[in-house]
Amino acid sequence: MIDTVKNAEATATDGLPYAELGLQDDEYAKIVEILGRRPTQSELAMYSIMWSEHCSYKSSKVHLSQFGKIPKGDRMLVGMGENAGVVDVGEGLAVTFKVESHNHPSYVEPYQGAATGIGGIVRDILTMGARPVLVMDPLRFGDADHPDTKRVLPGIVAGVGGYGNCLGLPNVGGEVVFDPSYQGNPLVNALCLGVMPVERIQLSAAKGVGNVVVLLGAKTGRDGIGGVSVLASATFEEDGPANRPAVQVGDPFTEKLLIEACLEMFDAKLVEGIQDLGGAGLTCALTETSAAGKSGMVAYLDRVPLREASMDPTEVLASESQERMLAIVTPDSLPEVLAIAEKWGVLATAIGEVTTGDRLKILWHGEAVVDVPPGSLADDGPVYHRPMVRPADLDALNNAPLPDYPEATKDLLLKMISSPNLCSKRWVVEQYDRIVMGNSVLAWPEDAGVVRLSEQTGLGVALATDGNGRYTRLDPFAGAQLALAEAYRNVAATGAVPIAVTDCLNFGSPEDPEVMWQFAEATRGLAEACAFLETPVTGGNVSFYNSTAGTPINPTPVVGVLGLLDDVARRTPMGFQDQGETLLLLGDTHDELGGSEWAWSQHRHLGGVPPRVDLAREKVLAEVLVSGSRDGMLSSAHDLSDGGLAQALVESALAKGIGARIVLPETQTAFVQLFSESAGRALVSVPRSEELRFTEMCNVRDLPVTRIGVTDGTALEIQDVLTVDLDELRTAHEATLPALFGPLAGT
Amino acid sequence: MIGGCWRGTGRVVQVKIGVVTFPGSLDDRDAQRAARLAGAEVTPLWHADADLHDVDAVVLPGGFSYGDYLRCGAIARFAQVMPTLIDAANGGMPVLGICNGFQVLCESHLLPGALTRNQHLHFVHRDQPLRVANNTTAWTTAYSVDQEITIPVKNGEGCFVADQKTLDALEQEGRVVAYYAQGNPNGSLRDIAGITNERGNVLGLMPHPEHAVEALTGPGTDGLGFFTSVLKELVR
Amino acid sequence: MAVHKILVDVMLKPEILDPQGQAVANALPNLGYPSPVGLRIGRHVELALEAADADAALEQATKIADTLLANPVIEDYTVRLA
Repeated sequence: MIDTVKNAEATATDGLPYAELGLQDDEYAKIVEILGRRPTQSELAMYSIMWSEHCSYKSSKVHLSQFGKIPKGDRMLVGMGENAGVVDVGEGLAVTFKVESHNHPSYVEPYQGAATGIGGIVRDILTMGARPVLVMDPLRFGDADHPDTKRVLPGIVAGVGGYGNCLGLPNVGGEVVFDPSYQGNPLVNALCLGVMPVERIQLSAAKGVGNVVVLLGAKTGRDGIGGVSVLASATFEEDGPANRPAVQVGDPFTEKLLIEACLEMFDAKLVEGIQDLGGAGLTCALTETSAAGKSGMVAYLDRVPLREASMDPTEVLASESQERMLAIVTPDSLPEVLAIAEKWGVLATAIGEVTTGDRLKILWHGEAVVDVPPGSLADDGPVYHRPMVRPADLDALNNAPLPDYPEATKDLLLKMISSPNLCSKRWVVEQYDRIVMGNSVLAWPEDAGVVRLSEQTGLGVALATDGNGRYTRLDPFAGAQLALAEAYRNVAATGAVPIAVTDCLNFGSPEDPEVMWQFAEATRGLAEACAFLETPVTGGNVSFYNSTAGTPINPTPVVGVLGLLDDVARRTPMGFQDQGETLLLLGDTHDELGGSEWAWSQHRHLGGVPPRVDLAREKVLAEVLVSGSRDGMLSSAHDLSDGGLAQALVESALAKGIGARIVLPETQTAFVQLFSESAGRALVSVPRSEELRFTEMCNVRDLPVTRIGVTDGTALEIQDVLTVDLDELRTAHEATLPALFGPLAGT
Repeated sequence: MIGGCWRGTGRVVQVKIGVVTFPGSLDDRDAQRAARLAGAEVTPLWHADADLHDVDAVVLPGGFSYGDYLRCGAIARFAQVMPTLIDAANGGMPVLGICNGFQVLCESHLLPGALTRNQHLHFVHRDQPLRVANNTTAWTTAYSVDQEITIPVKNGEGCFVADQKTLDALEQEGRVVAYYAQGNPNGSLRDIAGITNERGNVLGLMPHPEHAVEALTGPGTDGLGFFTSVLKELVR
Repeated sequence: MAVHKILVDVMLKPEILDPQGQAVANALPNLGYPSPVGLRIGRHVELALEAADADAALEQATKIADTLLANPVIEDYTVRLA
């Protein structure tokens, strides 16, 4: 029997099994207080979904508020709170971008979990009125040679590719990182960026009494019911992926049609408000549109096209079926909306209307099953000030002595560049279409993806994502800042001016005070650094409960930085371009190997403190890299981070097969100079004719610049240290992933 | 050649290239851009419109028409535009099928053989060297025989298969237009990357020449020749 | 030990979306066929196993189906002797 509002009023004091849906005693009491009676089953499901950690940010809200205090600058058109932030990029264009997690579903069903992660973030971007034009995927896995990684990684990579390729979105960058802390809890973050004329920005508010609520896209089925509240707001027990709620299956073809249909509707100015159906399905879309519009709304739930006729209203409200959008349109434009949908073969159904008052009423065959103030679901959720404790083991970790430094040798170099985190990611990247749409100027393995927005003017964007869980484990405040600094540096290395930030904060359980402390420190560090670098946070996502058998992952804030290029033809690539050019190292190298790739890959050692953060230096370095690109002084630029100078030299040399002769200065040992991970550094190559002009520019700005050699031949020669042929380097660099996951295509 | 007109005979000739968009086509705008850069006037064609709108040549672009869920190209082959296109192709109109378009041409039996799942079962995208084997088709006169060109390949089902007899015939009749060089990315039999029909007006190519038309966004401009070839052919 | 031929059919669970089946179903009216009431596409696997008897072969095939051929999170499977 369907539990109606009438029924609930008649049995106002009956208890409901709220704890099974993850609601606390005080939360349930608040619901009863709001409604003045017990909730119906459908209402209870809606509150449990909307007040879950995933939807309500109840543990993170008090910390995320710091991002709202960062000066917005004059580019931000839409800030946090909407589906994604929107940034003015000039020429009448605006850009919207966001990174989001799909971690737990991707462990349960790697292919579909990763695929629907792409689908979800793409709809977020579409919702803002933008045409999605690129995706990026920061991925983190358990140890590369762990048997379960053989199940998880190929599935996730194929899922990311399968969905993104079929949608026609170039995948221009991201990360592939291995660490045992992600064993049993891989991180699948997905970033999408879209572009639109400024006047096409769409918002979610449902306004205008009498306007029609239209459900667009796929039929509603029993996909992932309770997925959001269960999968993203709870910790996996040791029983692994079996017996989990059904995960969603993605249909990129339907999503592609949905994108084209929605964009045509936006261009024809037919849409008053729009919201994608993400993790919390219709529940979230109906409440957020009506709450944002401060309107009433009535929805006739039995009009929702169903895949299975036997679904009850609670299931329809909770379904996470993919590839759906909710549009608010005027009655006059409804026929045109339906016609466009039909042209693209997209289902479109009027399921409700905007009403006077401030109640969201949901009817099922004429009977009310939900009657709530939508703001109570969307905005009045619980807010927690969770207890925080500095991790008990942190002092011991920070004081752990590093292993003895070895001599820098060819053998060590080859071991380093073939270690799973530093090796070539070609095996992964070749499964992604990086060029569809014909605007990809730089893509994997470059420091940042660069995509052209205008063929006429060359206006373009650069994007990079970074995050180092080991650094953040050792010092969450500095770790988050280092993630930002690296992404900022990566973007500047292409010649782009960094202008805005999105973040995906992957942490363990917020109920663990040590995790909560890490979260608070990381957000504080990130907010301060964003303010200093004048890169406001436009939006993002928090993913808690990333732990296996009670052990949290290394705290992993993934930071995406957006940069702007006036003319993408001026972009600076990462690889050496020509023989006989001067190689300059920008910045200072200190003895900083705490949390480094060397300590980890060669000794499984995690200890000490991460490299120092110097944001003022990052700013100057970025200015120099941007000016050098604008004035045509730079042939190549590569950020120095994981693996240090050695890694940068190898990657820059292998890009086009141009070698180098290096003479290291005598300030430090060769080992430290090659493998230290000091921040605020970059390796650039300049034509001889530009050397003086460029070094003078550095001197004027007090940026240390060291001439370390020239591009030359087809080998990497580091004087008095090692010489290795590029072919040998390439073999070592590229062999690791094929050896673990199967040969490269055609080999 | 940029500009779209030839005045060699004293009259101005504007060549119109149509690019068909199916639901799920992805590289349609890229094909349009390439045709434009080569100097053609571009006419977008829609799968549900049987009219070819007086175009002089047609490109079936890459993508995942209808999601490519059953077999690639199997559903697109029945689109309303296809009967007209098949008639036009049989009448000699130059038709280029790229990637998914090649699959549609095979499903339509305008070209022999079929394209199946890559041998290694992964989608693969890389810059791929090709060896041109036939420079007499409508789409390849800009190249020389045995010329090596590099254009991107990106597909999940690009493995060309046909029976021995068909493969022998294709090779003996010079209907293999391009071979994969320096490695075969998808397991195609005899390293075949592209083929043509007997008349040489219909060409199917797995790699994407429309993604090698600008140095800024591609591995070079080796792909432009396919589009300039057909322009020259049509003006002649 | 004898060789037993076993047929495994893997289908997405009824409640799971089948984009492939849906796309084919939607295409049929374009060819002039009536729209099918239902159409779902699965995977058919033929296995030949060496085992002591048919029951042992079936047991082995079921394990193979459960761990590799199907993903029990989203798929059902049936195992039978040929």
